[in-house]
Formats: sequence, structure tokens, C-alpha cells
Amino acid sequence: MRRYLAARVGQSLVVVLLVTAISFLLIRLAPGDPFSFVGDYAISDAVRDRLRAQFGYDRPLIEQFLLFLGNVARGHLGYSHSMHRDVGSVIADALPRTLLLMGAALVASFAIGIGVGALQAVRHGSWLDRSTSGILLLFYSIPDFWLALMALLAFAYWLPIFPAGGMVDQVMHDYMSFGGRVRDVIAHLILPSLTLALLGAAGIARFQRAALLEVLPQDYVRTARAKGLAERGVVFKHALRNALLPIITLVGLSLPALVGGAFFVEKVFSWPGMGYIAANAIASRDYDLVTGTVIVGGIMVALGSLLADLLYAAADPRLRAR
Amino acid sequence: MSDALLEIENLHTFFYGESGVARAVDGVSFSVGTGETIGLVGESGCGKSVTALSVLRLVRPPGRIEPGSRIVFEGRDLVTLDERQLRAVRGARIAMIFQEPMTALNPVFTVGEQIAEVVRIHSKTSRREAWQRAVEMLQIVGIPAPAERAREYPHQLSGGMRQRVVIAMALVMNPALVIADEPTTALDVTIQAQILELLQQLQRRFGMSILLITHDLGVVAETVSRVLVMYGGEIVEAAAVKTLFAEAHHPYTEGLLAAMPRLGESRDRLRTIPGTVPPPTRWPNGCRFHDRCPYAWERCTLEHPPLYQIGAGHVSRCHLAEEPKRRADAHEPLVMQRSSRA
Repeated sequence: MRRYLAARVGQSLVVVLLVTAISFLLIRLAPGDPFSFVGDYAISDAVRDRLRAQFGYDRPLIEQFLLFLGNVARGHLGYSHSMHRDVGSVIADALPRTLLLMGAALVASFAIGIGVGALQAVRHGSWLDRSTSGILLLFYSIPDFWLALMALLAFAYWLPIFPAGGMVDQVMHDYMSFGGRVRDVIAHLILPSLTLALLGAAGIARFQRAALLEVLPQDYVRTARAKGLAERGVVFKHALRNALLPIITLVGLSLPALVGGAFFVEKVFSWPGMGYIAANAIASRDYDLVTGTVIVGGIMVALGSLLADLLYAAADPRLRAR
Repeated sequence: MSDALLEIENLHTFFYGESGVARAVDGVSFSVGTGETIGLVGESGCGKSVTALSVLRLVRPPGRIEPGSRIVFEGRDLVTLDERQLRAVRGARIAMIFQEPMTALNPVFTVGEQIAEVVRIHSKTSRREAWQRAVEMLQIVGIPAPAERAREYPHQLSGGMRQRVVIAMALVMNPALVIADEPTTALDVTIQAQILELLQQLQRRFGMSILLITHDLGVVAETVSRVLVMYGGEIVEAAAVKTLFAEAHHPYTEGLLAAMPRLGESRDRLRTIPGTVPPPTRWPNGCRFHDRCPYAWERCTLEHPPLYQIGAGHVSRCHLAEEPKRRADAHEPLVMQRSSRA
């Protein structure tokens, strides 16, 4: 197990290094540079060249990349020209917000997905099964940013029960009691997390339904019935426990999608997390902030899939020995 | 039989599929006495497993026990019980031992948990007491170091050990009837003998009745007192085990006995019954065995035979009971004639 873990960590490092290199290169291939967008006024070419030289952007790409890697290894993620702060401190602010949104979305998507999938499998072939399958397929194919926009339109504009964006009420938040602040954040959290959750839940439910349908005809499910267990215990204890195993893998697999989804959904809901700052960083060619968010995002995905593997081993006794 | 523990009358279990209604069990009646061991024998597809599942009403849709069927157990008709009452019978009064010990146990729970669960379902017992009972039961079924084995998962045990666990799980509530569906089929021959020996030993100890379902007449010869032979969803012959082996009446039983390899007899090839069991959606007219039978004549293709009384406790569903001379005119079964013409 320990050797397996070491190998997985090694693999993850290589993956993170690769995505770092690719994003480093891609953002520099885009037209413009961090100084194309300074303020509302144009700066002269001479000033701009001096600024480029000052930050080393005139050096050959490979030299820039090696310098960058050296800095990252020493814990410096660089400087954000658009935020006028260290990339490290920008990310330190944004990361917990994204983790909050993604955590809520992850929990909600698995709760909804597993619940709906299990219900469908138990009522296999019924009217309920077929109609929910249709709805799920719809959510499965809807682009995330579009669903986010529609959610905003429906529940913040037509039927204004939720705030239209941001993470807190910009004006009132600081004057609220502790409980009031928590409620404020939750109110802002519901629309973006539910948007992400619905998109994720659609895929999870399809997996869960298939997994449970595979498990339900198994002999040990019949054994559980023959023991005198009530149908609820048969399905939720004996069948679901086995049908959850493939779903755990899905936690790891769904993380990249969730990180990617958070990117657009955060932008639409102005949720000041990693996706939001990354989107803005790309628009303003904030080189270091782009690569910084990609590195952190890559590490999140790698950690997630590692966690899923460990969970899987914990849940399946047949794998624990290895 | 007044001391019958289980009395099945006119059991019909049908499956409603796309290719029509499969009459898997089509009018079966028999009884099991207290402490008795009964063998239910037949080829795959003859309806014996569905009969077993019907007793505990474990037949899943699209399968259904038809109205008019009666399964009287300890004075109550199981067909009419509601789900709650039925659950109190399952695992406590009637227990099942399934064919495949690999798949009959849940891979994600320890064997101790799976046995203790039965105790917890059927009695108000603390977790610890139930666990104690599970370990005790593992010892009774002959598992060495039961306290350690109880903490292991099914995949850590051998096939024979797993079947012992399944038996422990079945017997932990001391049921009145154990239905064993091919309990030894998936095991090595040497392990088979051990498991059968264990079942008999446990029966002497706990006094339960056993309904043993098997396709193996060898297993039946050693363990049971009475044999029911099933074919085409019906019982075609029933007799005491000695009678059946000495003077089988039904041609199907004859065929099964002839197909049994015997020690000290040299044969180039194993004898078989030509043809296969017809699909339960289309049982043949007349006698369901007629096209595989070496004695069949027109009457067999037209008239469905009732169970004729042959001797004391011996019945057979064959017209030969009325026209015994026909047994002299053995011929090639219809199914062979048809295939040679083709």
C-alpha cells in the first residue's frame, strides 16, 4: 500500500508539472502581455519594454520557465500585475472560497445523484425511472455556463429569492451578527453550488442506477432477502454498499469536471474563487496568476483522485490487502 | 400425513416474459414431515429451484405464484402472509442454503457480521451477543479458530469454508426447515462429501427437516429418505429412496439412473437422455417427456398423464402404469427420429 501510494504521488507530480508547462506556454502564446491592459491609458512602447525587461519577459521562454520553476520550488508563485499582490496571497484568499463552493457542490451532487440513481434502480422500468432518466439526460448535456445563466435569470431576476452574485452582501455583511453572516454566505452559496451539483448529479445518478442494477440480481442480495431482512435493508445495506464502490472512483473522476465547471460558474455568479480569478487573470494576461491557479487546480485534482483511491481501498475489503 | 411440517398443494409459479408465459412450476404438490429429508431431483430448467424459491416467496417479478397455490407451513399458508409475517419466517423458521458459496455471501461484510445479522433481525439481541452466537455457530459447523475467521471477509476463505459459513448462517436461528439448493454443486468432490456429512450431523443434532435440491442422484442416495423427481415443472415420480433406485417407474427417472456413472462398471461413454428440457413457455402436449421417451406411443402425445399410484408411497406420471406391456416396445425417441430425418 505504501509503495503504491509513493508511486501515485510521483505520478501526480509529473502531471502537475506538465499542466504547469502547458499553461505557462499557452498564456504566453496569447496576444498581448500583462502591460497591454494597465489602467485606462496607453503606455508608450519604451515604458512597456522597460517593464517587460524588469520582469524578465524579454528573456527566452525556456529561461523564463526554468526561473519560474525555481521560484515555485522555493514557494514563490510570482506577482499578479492585475491585482498588484503576490500570487500566493491572492490564491490563499480565493482557495478557501472555491473549496467551500466545490465541497457544497460535491456533497450535494453525490447526495442527489446517489439518491435519484438508487430510486431509479429500485423502480427499474417504471414511469418514474423513465421520466427521471429524460430529465437527467437533459442536465447531463446542458453546458454549465448556460445553466448558471438560466439559474440567475430565474431565481435572482424573475423570482428574486437569491442574491445575484458574489459571496457576501457587499454593503451589509460587515454589520451583521455572526449568525447573520453565516446565513448571508449560505444564501449566496445556494445558486452556484446547486448549479454545479445538478450538472454533476446527472452523471452520478446514471452511474449509480447502472451499478445498482448490476448488484440487485446478485446472489447475496437474494441471501439478504432469505435472511428475513426488510426490502429497505436489502437495498440500502447489502446492495448499495456494493454499488457504491464504482461511485467512489467517480468522486476522483468528477473532480476535474467540477474544477472546470467551477471556472465558468464562478465567473457567472461572480464568486471570488479560483475559477473567477483565473478567468480574470487570463483576460488581463496576468501570466503568474494564470500559472499559479493552474498549479493549485492541478494539485487539487491530483489530491482528489488519490483520496478516491484511498476511499475505495477502505470501502472494499478485497483491495485492502494489496 | 398429519405431522407434515410443510405441505405444498397445487403450486403454480409462472414467469410473464416477452416470449410468453413460462410455466416454471406447474401444479406441484408434496409434503415434508418433521425431521425428514426430502430430495427434489431433476435436470436444469425442470423447475426445482423455482419451487424452492417459491416456498419463501423469493420469486421476483416478472415471476409470480399463481392464485390457488397453497404452501402450508406450521399450520399457516405462506402464500397469504403479508410481507412482515413472511419476514419473520424467512431465515428464522425456514432457512435457505444456496448453490454458490462464492456469490451467496456479501463481499463487503465479514462472515461474522453476516451471521450475526440474522440473529439481530430475528431476536432482540445486543451486537455482542449476536457476534458470540455467530462465532459459536462457526465452531459448530467445523470452522477452526472461529473467533478469528468471523472477522474475515468471504474472499479470504476457501470454497468449502464459505459453504460452512452459509450453513452456519442458515442454522443460527435453529429453523424447522432448511432448503438446500444444490449445496454441493460448486464444490470439489471430497469437500462435497464433507458438507453432506456435516448437514446430516447437524440434522441429527438440531432435528430440522431438509429439502435437498439437486441434479445429482448420487447425493440423494446417501442423504434422503424420499425422492421427488421433477420434469417440465411437474413432479413425475415420487418414492422412498430405496424404491426409486430399485424399481424406478417413470422413463425419465430410468434415464437419470442410467446416466449416473457407477463404480466398477466400465463404459466407453456416459449414457445420456437424448434431447433437452423444452422451454417452459411451450411445454409439449400430452406427456411433457414424450418426445425424449423410448416407450412413447400416440396416447402419450395426446393425453397428459396423471400421477398413477404404483405402490405404497410410490407414484408415477406415466401411462405405462395402465399399459405396462408397452415397456417391451422400446424404440428410438421422437427427438432422435426427427434429428436423423433432418
